[in-house]
Amino acid sequence: MKPAITVRSSRFSFIFEKRTVIINLILFFLAVFACVIGPMLGHTLLSPYEVVTALFGNGSGANEFIVMQSRLPRTLLSLVAGAALGVSGMILQGIVRNPLAAPDIIGVTGGGAVAAVIFLTYGAGLSIQFLPLAAVTGSLLVAVLTYFLAWQRGITPIRLVLIGIGISAIMSAGTTFMIVVSSAVTASQAYLWLTGSVYGASWNDVGILVTVVFLTIPVTMVFSRSLNTQQLGNDTALGLGVRLQLDRLILLLFSVILAGSAVALVGAVGFVGLIAPHIARTLVGKTHGALTLASASSGALLLFGADLAARTLFYPVDIPAGVFTAGVGAPFFLYLLFRNRHHM
Amino acid sequence: MKSLEAKDVRFSYDDKLILNDLTVTIPKGKITVFIGGNGCGKSTLLRTMARLLKTEKGMILLDGEDISTRKTKDIAKQMSILPQGPSAPEGLSVEQLVKQGRYPHQSFLKQWSLEDEKMVSKALRATGMTEHALSAVDELSGGQRQRAWIAMTLAQGSDTLLLDEPTTYLDMSHQIDVLDLLYELNEKEQRTVVMVLHDMNLACRYAHHLVAMRNKTIYDAGAPDDIMTKKMVRDVFNMECMITNDPIFGSPMVIPHGKGRMADESSIRAKAK
Repeated sequence: MKPAITVRSSRFSFIFEKRTVIINLILFFLAVFACVIGPMLGHTLLSPYEVVTALFGNGSGANEFIVMQSRLPRTLLSLVAGAALGVSGMILQGIVRNPLAAPDIIGVTGGGAVAAVIFLTYGAGLSIQFLPLAAVTGSLLVAVLTYFLAWQRGITPIRLVLIGIGISAIMSAGTTFMIVVSSAVTASQAYLWLTGSVYGASWNDVGILVTVVFLTIPVTMVFSRSLNTQQLGNDTALGLGVRLQLDRLILLLFSVILAGSAVALVGAVGFVGLIAPHIARTLVGKTHGALTLASASSGALLLFGADLAARTLFYPVDIPAGVFTAGVGAPFFLYLLFRNRHHM
Repeated sequence: MKSLEAKDVRFSYDDKLILNDLTVTIPKGKITVFIGGNGCGKSTLLRTMARLLKTEKGMILLDGEDISTRKTKDIAKQMSILPQGPSAPEGLSVEQLVKQGRYPHQSFLKQWSLEDEKMVSKALRATGMTEHALSAVDELSGGQRQRAWIAMTLAQGSDTLLLDEPTTYLDMSHQIDVLDLLYELNEKEQRTVVMVLHDMNLACRYAHHLVAMRNKTIYDAGAPDDIMTKKMVRDVFNMECMITNDPIFGSPMVIPHGKGRMADESSIRAKAK
């Protein structure tokens, strides 16, 4: 037995691996720490003291504006969006039993992108506030389409991935087509969105995403035991009494809601959903309860780091965070393909 | 006494009929083995009985109750299944695998009860896997790996154990090792064991009850001594044979006709000594 803590009473019983608990706590505190670091850095450097006083409304007017209206919401949005993408990726990799699965690969991100570009091209009369709604609708529609096309007396992971990849390709063709036919202004707006940028984060965005993440993650943890048994294969999971198709549908839905709403608010940031679960697995192992929290924190810190680099390194140019996640993510994806070449 | 029963069960894969309205009863507390030629439907029958496949018609009764009307988690407490060639994720330890067997007894609030802990260590002991508890399943030998999976089904705490070709891909000594383990589990704890085997001689040696299948239905069922005849082998396997008795166990032994090299008499006499 690895060092573990067991908590038991007549009504409940839990077991935690010590190492896992410590790592998850460290990750959580790093994310909290990011909430101070994020607002400190930028064109005007602020001290931790200035940030904290601004947070509590005692700072100077200028500092308070920088922290409360710009840097803090942006920091928070990058953290929660990253967490959402990380958990979404973990769920997909879990139900598909393949470490290469990610929301961007099975078309969830692509669906959001097409919907967003259509919205930017044809929705001229509508307020830009509706863009997230359009994107999340697109993600959901594509996910439903993929699910039904993959259905054959139930869903098999391999069908889901293959059809997802196909749909994803169609979506990117659709996006390109829309950009080609739209005006130059719309096209550049669309490009910015498509690469993924946390630029222009509002408290409203933060509120929406925090709600989604804090509702979805605990429920995902309830289903984490089902995900653990699913790793043993369909037959074993069914034999152990898992309601396989139902659990899979619910988990897939969570994954889409998480990725869809993150992508809707920060744009089509790629690769966070792919990498975060891998980092989490190397840190806390393969048990999905602990893995859910670790994937959330890893995703949060990844996107936070990418956005921080994006807005500070090339100041005054604000580079989309997606450029940095892709810069790290694409080589990592190739590395995974290379490492898994014997298992495909 | 009956524990598991298939009644008028029909099943087809994409319009291809696999099981044609067949009925079979599994005796409680005994070892039952399904035999038959390739594609006769023996694995499919086992999988329908384990509720891995849904019957088109007819029903599966577990202790007299239709399993389709019961909660799948409750069934898992009474019946466990070891599928053919199961694969564990890379690096999963034997202990982690065996712990999964407790799934039907757990809930979000009850994740690791004292009972869970006891059953897991009991299952590891019964299969002789305690010392390998921390080893990775995918790094064990074929026979040990199969033991680890059997330990998982034991941790489930069910009376009935269904195994789909548990000896496939194993060399002879590991086959015997796995079958001996199942024999002991039946002998000591009166667990009902149902499995599909390819080797007729091993089937005759370990089974109390044989179910021979042919052409999508049951050809014959009963004690190996009663049903293992030349005619049965001819009809079920489409093969001529001679039936003698196993020199060690006395159970029926099938020696197929066909071609082969004849050994010279001096070497036969030497072996007999």
